[in-house]
Amino acid sequence: MLEIKNVYKTFNAGTVNEKLALRDLNLTLNDGDFVTVIGGNGAGKSTMLNIISGKYIPDSGVVTLDGLNITKMPEHKRAKYLGRVFQDPMMGTAANMWIEENLALALRRGARRGLKWGISNRERALFKKELAKLDLGLENRLSTKVGLLSGGQRQAVTLLMATLQKPKLLLLDEHTAALDPKTAAKVLQLSQEIVEEHGLTTLMITHNMKDAIAYGNRLIMMDDGHIVLDIAGEEKKNLTVKDLLDRFSSAGGGDAESNDALLLSK
Amino acid sequence: MAFLTSFLNACPGAIGQGLIWGIMAIGVYVTFRILDVADLTVDGSLATGGVVCVMLLRANCNVWLAMLIAFIAGALAGLVTGLLHTKMGIPAILAGILTQLSLYSVNLWIMGFKANQPVSVDKYNLLVSQRYVRNFKDLSETLAGMEGGKFKYVVGLIFQNPIIVSLLFTVILIAALYCFFGTEKGCSLRATGCNEGMAKAQGINTDNNKILGLAISNGIVAVSGAFIAQYQGSSDINMGRGAIVIGLAAVIISEVVFGKIFRNLGLKLFAVSIGAVIYYIVIQFVLQLGLRTDFLKLLSAAVVALFLGIPYWKGKLPKRKKAV
Repeated sequence: MLEIKNVYKTFNAGTVNEKLALRDLNLTLNDGDFVTVIGGNGAGKSTMLNIISGKYIPDSGVVTLDGLNITKMPEHKRAKYLGRVFQDPMMGTAANMWIEENLALALRRGARRGLKWGISNRERALFKKELAKLDLGLENRLSTKVGLLSGGQRQAVTLLMATLQKPKLLLLDEHTAALDPKTAAKVLQLSQEIVEEHGLTTLMITHNMKDAIAYGNRLIMMDDGHIVLDIAGEEKKNLTVKDLLDRFSSAGGGDAESNDALLLSK
Repeated sequence: MAFLTSFLNACPGAIGQGLIWGIMAIGVYVTFRILDVADLTVDGSLATGGVVCVMLLRANCNVWLAMLIAFIAGALAGLVTGLLHTKMGIPAILAGILTQLSLYSVNLWIMGFKANQPVSVDKYNLLVSQRYVRNFKDLSETLAGMEGGKFKYVVGLIFQNPIIVSLLFTVILIAALYCFFGTEKGCSLRATGCNEGMAKAQGINTDNNKILGLAISNGIVAVSGAFIAQYQGSSDINMGRGAIVIGLAAVIISEVVFGKIFRNLGLKLFAVSIGAVIYYIVIQFVLQLGLRTDFLKLLSAAVVALFLGIPYWKGKLPKRKKAV
């Protein structure tokens, strides 16, 4: 269970570029929740994810994961609890290293790295099996440099890396935004399959309202650094894009029609 | 003809020097290419290795032990740069410059505040010496008249030659590095250099890895310095000046010449060593043409700048359309 309590984060405090990114953010994720996150540019979606992953430390407030206070835990230490896929396909993998080397690095997330060989043959067999599930033909390209793969393939590999070691929480930061629509759909579908297979607690940021409605069991909308809408269960299943826009306006988000980022992503 | 003869005569010396400096270039490769950090500690740690080794030898220390301690001294220098960079947030280049500068005083201190200290091959048991770089002639003559009892003598002659010793050492070093970078730790170090964000997301302590990489690299560089000091028969406070440029030259030459052929890390490292040999042969050739030695550093810097610029220029050229 993830709990974010009264978290504040300001960037460039004391300068003309001061930006209050998170203002009294509160969020509780129950085990098995698949939560989609929407909101305009600058709403604080990515900042929230980066607070959870440890890239940023909050100015105040507490983040706990399964009762463990991770508010100030270094990024690499809390990585063992988290699986992450980034918006930029370049970010989640080491381009100069082979597919199997990337996967082997991910398999050791949270483990001590000693002077044993980086990959064993048993692991190679595991990687082949898991890559075959992606259905991209990557299972026969274990010793291909990841840098030679397409964006979609790289995101699929990153997704696999994030879930090889079952994480307590899976963070997907607009991980399909940089892909063409067809590939994006494929990667989203893969994400859904993997989340369901392992029953992962998931937080997925998306710019696409339809996706936000179609995936997951709960939807939250952020605006101005905190959560303005939190819809779950039956109510979410029956949601339409129009409902969402209406509710955004009435939730104090201002006129949705004037929020380009929201509108464009209908 | 006379030119060619004297050039060929000088070649064994250039090869020996190239192989020994190639060890340093391998150290530079570890930071520059694997860790993706331009580490300027090298100029200082190379001299530290030479200085430490010579002073220990002069105190009648065993040569292998002296080399080991030189390695540790270099690794400590790398550690300092690593700490400056990761724990104090100083940019890597500046951290290296600071360590390098401070090492100048440290090196003088180790040498008892003298600018140089001799270590004669006649008085001490050295691993390599310039004197024996052309002992192949003795060797072949001995071989021609060889009898059973001379076997040991021949082996002695072989291992007296600095080219063979440094080549052997290079091969062992490359094998060790190749194995290391295949381990869990080594892989995590490569990931750190390749994509730091990804490394952190996979639970890798990138700060510690950078420190470790800098320590390993400067340890290797110091061992090279220890070889150089023995080879030339003295340590000198200025022996490391411009070492980083020679190291970069070797790395870049190796990539230009062998980049398309060698994919495997072991072969790439070996190519770096060959790159250093090519560098010294070219330098020898230019000197033979009559260039003043004083201009060497200008020439090296110009060559390195040129080769570093080529990828940039290539990127700016309009791309030729591929045939459909």
